Amino acid sequence: MGTTFGLGELGFLIQGLKWTVLLAAIAFVGGGIGGLGVALARVSTSKPLRRITGGYIALFQGTPLLMQLFVIYYGLGLMGLMLPAWVAVAIAFTLHASAFLGEIWRGAIEALPKGQFEAARALGLHYVPRMRDVILPQALRIALPATIGFLVQLIKGTSLAAIVGFIELARAGQIVSNQTYAPLLVFTVVGALYFALCWPLSLYGSRIEGRIARATAR
Amino acid sequence: MPSTATHTVDAPHAADAPLIVMEDVNKWYGAYHALRDVNLSVRRGEKIVLCGPSGSGKSTLIRCINHLETIKSGRITVDGVRLDDSTRSVDAVRSEVGMVFQNFNLFPHMTVLQNCTLAPMRVRGVTVAAAEATAKRFLERVRIAEHAHKYPAQLSGGQQQRVAIARALCMEPKVMLFDEPTSALDPEMVKEVLDTMVSLARDGMTMVCVTHEMGFARQVADRVIFMADGQILEQADPESFFRHPTHPRARSFLGEILAHH
Repeated sequence: MGTTFGLGELGFLIQGLKWTVLLAAIAFVGGGIGGLGVALARVSTSKPLRRITGGYIALFQGTPLLMQLFVIYYGLGLMGLMLPAWVAVAIAFTLHASAFLGEIWRGAIEALPKGQFEAARALGLHYVPRMRDVILPQALRIALPATIGFLVQLIKGTSLAAIVGFIELARAGQIVSNQTYAPLLVFTVVGALYFALCWPLSLYGSRIEGRIARATAR
Repeated sequence: MPSTATHTVDAPHAADAPLIVMEDVNKWYGAYHALRDVNLSVRRGEKIVLCGPSGSGKSTLIRCINHLETIKSGRITVDGVRLDDSTRSVDAVRSEVGMVFQNFNLFPHMTVLQNCTLAPMRVRGVTVAAAEATAKRFLERVRIAEHAHKYPAQLSGGQQQRVAIARALCMEPKVMLFDEPTSALDPEMVKEVLDTMVSLARDGMTMVCVTHEMGFARQVADRVIFMADGQILEQADPESFFRHPTHPRARSFLGEILAHH
């Protein structure tokens, strides 16, 4: 009948962990780039751009990630776009992360004192250096705790990719648990692996935050 | 090009054309009429002090000069460049106009030196070495060179404001605008900033200053302009303005602020 939890099973979980890390990495990078675009569009002077990205954010914040995965995976298929599962999932996570990160960063940009924008303008700085050198470094610093918090959520959210057949960490744990009849042990290991992934990120976030705070503190 | 606006101003000939010309400028904030038919011309090297009660439009006026505010009607010309809403004219004007704000507005994530080198590098395209050399020269001039590698938050308000002056000077502007530069400072720091401004004035910089520092006005201003309700009500040399203000609003304003000094 069942097998015992051994190295083979642990290896299977590690395989799942690899997918979790890969999905999270894609979502980080894709969401980082997309989120930056969304945030800049949200604070732009173009009303249509603000409206469109506002609607996009509302849609992705107002629906469950699970549903977004479903719709994109099966929806793209129905539209005749047969993509490998991981591509569809990567698109879904990127869109999801872009909406959330975009909104977090928009808030941070708008939280900066108006004088920062005005001083940059008065010095003659154009849009790109104004944003890149003056506004975004400050906004991202303000947004760092919320950004790290979201990324940690995102890592855990990758478990939902199991719904379209992905064997990532949580799904791998379920499979191993079914084989070994040792759910407590298996999910303890799974939990420890998630923790090992998320905790350093939280730690890194608070360290950077502390460092910047010290550098600019009076 | 530099002579386009001279027909309405009192410049005798084009070579002596005023640096800033504002003609019939009107500005609205919604239903609020912030500037009413403002006409002003500033000669090269001239030092102007703008004063008036709060809400009189003095800050708005100088913020129109570098297009931080847009105007509803009228014309503004800076060093021969007519400010329309085009990026080109705005860029051209901003690169020649330095501004110092009430709240300093230094970039807190950059060192003093980086604050000073950013715009010359990004706008003028000068090298790091050249930008740093210029920055050090101006930091020296505002007597703050020893703090070049500190962050703004490590400096006092007066020091920060002097850095802000140096930062603006690093673009080697033709005119400096000061928007209540000492209003956010603790009293003991006002003097160091005013001294810096006085020395700048002595070196011949064209300056337009919104300030309530009447001692400064007496000392350096060629002309004091009094505003109320978005209008220029009176302008005169400081001596006549302080001795014999003609407009009743100017008289009551002077009575109030001088009573506190």
